[in-house]
Amino acid sequence: MAAQATLSRRTVIRTMVGAGGGLILGFHIPDALAAAVAPKPWTTPTDGVEINAWLTIDADGTVTIRVPHTEQGQGALTSVAMLIAEELDVPWESVQAVFADMHRHVNGGEEYIVTSTHGSQLVRDQHPHIMQAGASARERLKAAAAEAWGVDRRSVTARQGRLSAGNRNAGYAELAAAAAEIELEEEPAIKTPDEWWLLGRPIPRLDAAVKCDGSAQFSIDTQLDGMVYAAVKCCPVPWGRLVGYDFGRVKDSRGVIAAIELRSAPGRRDNADLQDGVAVVADSWYRAKAALEAMPIEWDFGADGEVSSATQAAQARELLDTEGEVSSDTGDAVGTLAASNRVFSADYHRPYETHARMEPINATVSVTKERVDVWSPTQNQATALQLAADQLGRDTRDVYVHTTFIGGAFGGNGGGATAVTRQAAEISRRVGRPVKVIWSREEDILQDKQRAPVYARLSAALGEDGLPAAFLSRSVVFTRNPLTIRLADRGIANMPYRVPNRRHERHAAPAHIPTATHRAPGANQNGFIVEQFVDEMALAGGRDPLAWRLEMTKGMEPWQRVLAKLKAVSGFRTDLPRGQGMGVAVLEDHSSYCAACATVSVSREGELTVDKVVLVMNSGYVINPRAAAEQMEGSVIWELSHALYGGLELQQGRFVNDNFDTYHLMRLPQAPAIEVHFALSEDGWWGGIGEPAGPPVPPAVANAIFFATGKRIRTTPITRQDLTWS
Amino acid sequence: MALTLKVNGTAHDLDVEPGMPLLWVLRENLGLTGTKFGCGIAQCGACTVHLDGRPVRACSTPAASAAGREITTIEGLSPDGSHPVQQAWIEHTVPQCGYCQSGQIMEAAALLARSPNPTDRDIDAAMAGHLCRCGTYPRIRKAIHDAAKLAGSKRSS
Repeated sequence: MAAQATLSRRTVIRTMVGAGGGLILGFHIPDALAAAVAPKPWTTPTDGVEINAWLTIDADGTVTIRVPHTEQGQGALTSVAMLIAEELDVPWESVQAVFADMHRHVNGGEEYIVTSTHGSQLVRDQHPHIMQAGASARERLKAAAAEAWGVDRRSVTARQGRLSAGNRNAGYAELAAAAAEIELEEEPAIKTPDEWWLLGRPIPRLDAAVKCDGSAQFSIDTQLDGMVYAAVKCCPVPWGRLVGYDFGRVKDSRGVIAAIELRSAPGRRDNADLQDGVAVVADSWYRAKAALEAMPIEWDFGADGEVSSATQAAQARELLDTEGEVSSDTGDAVGTLAASNRVFSADYHRPYETHARMEPINATVSVTKERVDVWSPTQNQATALQLAADQLGRDTRDVYVHTTFIGGAFGGNGGGATAVTRQAAEISRRVGRPVKVIWSREEDILQDKQRAPVYARLSAALGEDGLPAAFLSRSVVFTRNPLTIRLADRGIANMPYRVPNRRHERHAAPAHIPTATHRAPGANQNGFIVEQFVDEMALAGGRDPLAWRLEMTKGMEPWQRVLAKLKAVSGFRTDLPRGQGMGVAVLEDHSSYCAACATVSVSREGELTVDKVVLVMNSGYVINPRAAAEQMEGSVIWELSHALYGGLELQQGRFVNDNFDTYHLMRLPQAPAIEVHFALSEDGWWGGIGEPAGPPVPPAVANAIFFATGKRIRTTPITRQDLTWS
Repeated sequence: MALTLKVNGTAHDLDVEPGMPLLWVLRENLGLTGTKFGCGIAQCGACTVHLDGRPVRACSTPAASAAGREITTIEGLSPDGSHPVQQAWIEHTVPQCGYCQSGQIMEAAALLARSPNPTDRDIDAAMAGHLCRCGTYPRIRKAIHDAAKLAGSKRSS
């Protein structure tokens, strides 16, 4: 429907260089016809009337909705447009979405409130103020009509882009200018779900067409007059020191312009801070990268150069024998375990994983006396602006950030992308020209802010009824990042099951490898650990794993709903012939409950095939079931990529796998059939969608492997474990 | 070194070293940024273009080796985004972030050109060289089957 209309849309981009060399970017859509997104949807004033910061209405009735978030594949352009169109009550075909102006936001009172795009929280947490903007615009249009027609505002209706009262009616556009001047005495309440006409419908995302003809503009596609390119290499052992480099060896190579030294600032080790490194600037990125690779560079790795996956494992083993920080405690788990004669325990591990979003980290910055222009694939465009200002010592009013499409982010493009913004700002300042910095894939992996590794020991004591009387979990996470530590408990400390005595302890072991959020942080690791141990507890007590979960969540409505539905739709059974297996798992993440059932086949030689994954989601409300199902399918592939194939290996302080030939991910032939179901609670709430469907999938697969082979999988990547059976 | 490349039907005279990968010539010299950089070692497929109709990884194809051949990029696959693969991709809203999709689409178009009614096994073999971190594989498979039907109905009409 709407998406096809963009195929014929012509777009005109005007790029002018001002007197001082500053860029003025203009963007204009001459013939807007239908709900759509343009290839380069960054904002400039449209011809329309601005009702508020969130929307304008053109003379032809086109409504342009300004989205302050980033579009990294999760559908922000579509969902924000839907939330506003719902309240404004305009034909969906008259809506177009653009990215909001971050310069205005940062310097003009932060009208968009939240610009960071993370944590499955755009719709979940921000719908009140986004819908409010649409509702307010609608009521102001009604007030303007009432004034113009001399009638009571309550007699005016606003529906599908038209205002009417009695025999008077007009399009929104006719009253837009008057509405823009109106101040309401009282802001309207947002709609309740029973009043929705658009939300809840399966709407195709708006940006599909521009992503099928090569026209969608990503950060890495930025092209500026006079631009040069930089390839950067930071110390492969993060936070190591740059000792020296020999630019003389490559400075005469074709196209090479300069080498730029980058230095970390003393005492600053945040994810967005510069690390020691060196950049080669050239007239082509390939030439810059070739020269950088040929240039001798000397590093001082320090003591971190001795750290490896093996030393971390040894350290974790020691820590697992000692008490950690208690982060949740009910009853007397330790005492019950000590007194029981039916105790068992198991150790689990998940290694480092990297984001490896398909668009390698990059940034383009143009620094002039008059202004600074920034293109950066960060999940918070306002932060990119502020970091460039900070790096250059410039007023934020001089800095303009241009939001483009982002080639994936998955939690890694907060700090992970903002460090590159500093690099590009610094290099542009020093060479006096616009610079595009691109990290090679190797740099992208080695310098990513990784998903931290976790080691865990779980112990249970079974009661006379075969159900656990006590459950004790202890985990070790390697990181210095307080956020990673805070999120490390997710899925383990808040496990739902009715175990009378429970305790979770945590060790945070400092490590030089920077870490950040990674789609469904915490739950993405702990799900694999806890939900397999649940099967171990159920089987030790002679119970069916799905029946155990239903029993142990009795009275917990959201859990019961997904588990009951999973039982109904999955055909879960534990009596398949050897070599085949089904497994289940369930987790809460970002206020949504998701259950998974996996069906696997394992050959005698140990070759694994994940045949099918069935998901049941309870997120309270769903504003777009089509987009939600797409996110959930993607979450399955995402988590299976790491659980089956991924895993970074640390040796001598640096990762051994640094590209897709050594860091393996799921590809199309390995993708299972995926079935998505919703089981929504009737007393709705707003749960997240982008992340919660991933975490239950690896444990469901591992539990299925147990039934197929009799082998319990305690670490990943699963395809590197011995799965043979006879 | 002087080099003439014919891209999307237009000849371009270029002065680049013969070993310069085609990817960077397309993106930087010709401004055709629809072809993406993903890994630089022919492991992800994001840079896939057609050389005389066959899919190649532009990141690992020296520009000189493309001289005298027909180079087609995503921008030249159809004049208006109406190739059956593009239509099916839009119908199924295949892209999420969209970054890998130029390469996926070029690979799928080449598959259909040589195998008008591909089996699931054909699709597996053709698409295995491509990574998608958003996990759009289920829709890619469906869209290729639909594109085959769409192309078939176009041929018979």
